[in-house]
Amino acid sequence: MPTLREVQKRIRTVKSTARITKAMEMVAAAKLRRAQARVEQAKPYAAKMDEMLSHLALASTGEIVHPYFEERPIRKKTLVVIASDRGLCGSFNTNVFRKADTWLAEQTGTDVEIVAVGKRPVDYYKRRQWPIIDSHIDWGGQLDYDRARKIVTFLTERFVTGATDEICLVFTRFLSLVKYQQVVDKYLPISRPEVAEDSGTVSDYIFEPSSEQIYAALMPSYATTKMVTALAESFASEHGSRMMAMGNATKNADEMTQTLTLDYNKARQTQITKELLEVVGGAEALKG
Amino acid sequence: MFRLSIVTPEKVVYDADIRSLVVPGVDGYLGVLSQHAPLITALKPGKIEFRDSDNSTHFLAVSNGFLEVSNNIATLLADAAEDADDIDVERARKALERAESNLAAVYRGELDADAAEIRAAMERAHNRIRIFDSTH
Repeated sequence: MPTLREVQKRIRTVKSTARITKAMEMVAAAKLRRAQARVEQAKPYAAKMDEMLSHLALASTGEIVHPYFEERPIRKKTLVVIASDRGLCGSFNTNVFRKADTWLAEQTGTDVEIVAVGKRPVDYYKRRQWPIIDSHIDWGGQLDYDRARKIVTFLTERFVTGATDEICLVFTRFLSLVKYQQVVDKYLPISRPEVAEDSGTVSDYIFEPSSEQIYAALMPSYATTKMVTALAESFASEHGSRMMAMGNATKNADEMTQTLTLDYNKARQTQITKELLEVVGGAEALKG
Repeated sequence: MFRLSIVTPEKVVYDADIRSLVVPGVDGYLGVLSQHAPLITALKPGKIEFRDSDNSTHFLAVSNGFLEVSNNIATLLADAAEDADDIDVERARKALERAESNLAAVYRGELDADAAEIRAAMERAHNRIRIFDSTH
């Protein structure tokens, strides 16, 4: 049986931990709201971009000439791992790594290099001695187009110059507030846009200045949009996971406080009884 | 009348029926009216001008983007598009100054940056200032 003082000390510790986790939960909830809004805001643009690309493909059938579409025999692959900078977000990072590791295990006979976005994946893959060719840490929160564009420029240049033949992203999809899914998405080469025949779109478009030039202007934007979407979804999922993890931690701490308080009261009672018995025993002895 | 939606990565800037539209295509300004032939074009930084269903004219500053017209729907995707009244002209002036000094530094060999990128930033800032000045 622990002494009274020990139990009291533990209660204090658990309570202060609960205070911290509660605060972290609230911070994560606030950040999640913003991140979620960003995911929602980016959606119409991404959808329109997809639409425009498929119309463009429909109107210029058979003449898609852009380096991003080029399928080559695969000798080298690049995996972009997008996870978080900080921990304390439950199994968020672990799940991403598990997905990535499964994918990596399947790549027999191909060279794989890693691009890590987030401090955790940098640490993880450094420890496992994978070749990290580019890393971006402290990206969370300040995620903007310029930042994303830097990553995209790096990746596309590598692809176009032939340094790598396929680029995949592994990240967490934000399906809903409580549902996230880790996915491996092919990033480059971009699979040819699907041509919807029955959508009622006309195929004799006028191109200003020419379809090649529009492709040349559109594809980098498309690639950036895809990256921004992945980053935004990952960021929202991270905060969702953190909010849940911290919520659970707070709940556990509260339960623990209850059990400990019970223990404390029991111990106190036992001590009082013992003291009483001693007093009574002493009195009895004096009476003799 | 035809539909115009202007969408940027941050938000849907405009989505309603309009009467006429003028956009800065890469090869020069072009006008779009109702029943325009299907068209896809790239845009450069410049001024969007359109008349809405109440016949009032709107001006927007746009940076790089794309316009698609088909079935009487005009979709304009832009990196950024803001109403002339919402332009933060002070910020644009500062951005222009910064870009100018950066560009000078690059030419002197003191700064390692992409000159084309800085020039593009300069053009965007310049465009915002020009549109602000022309509407105020």
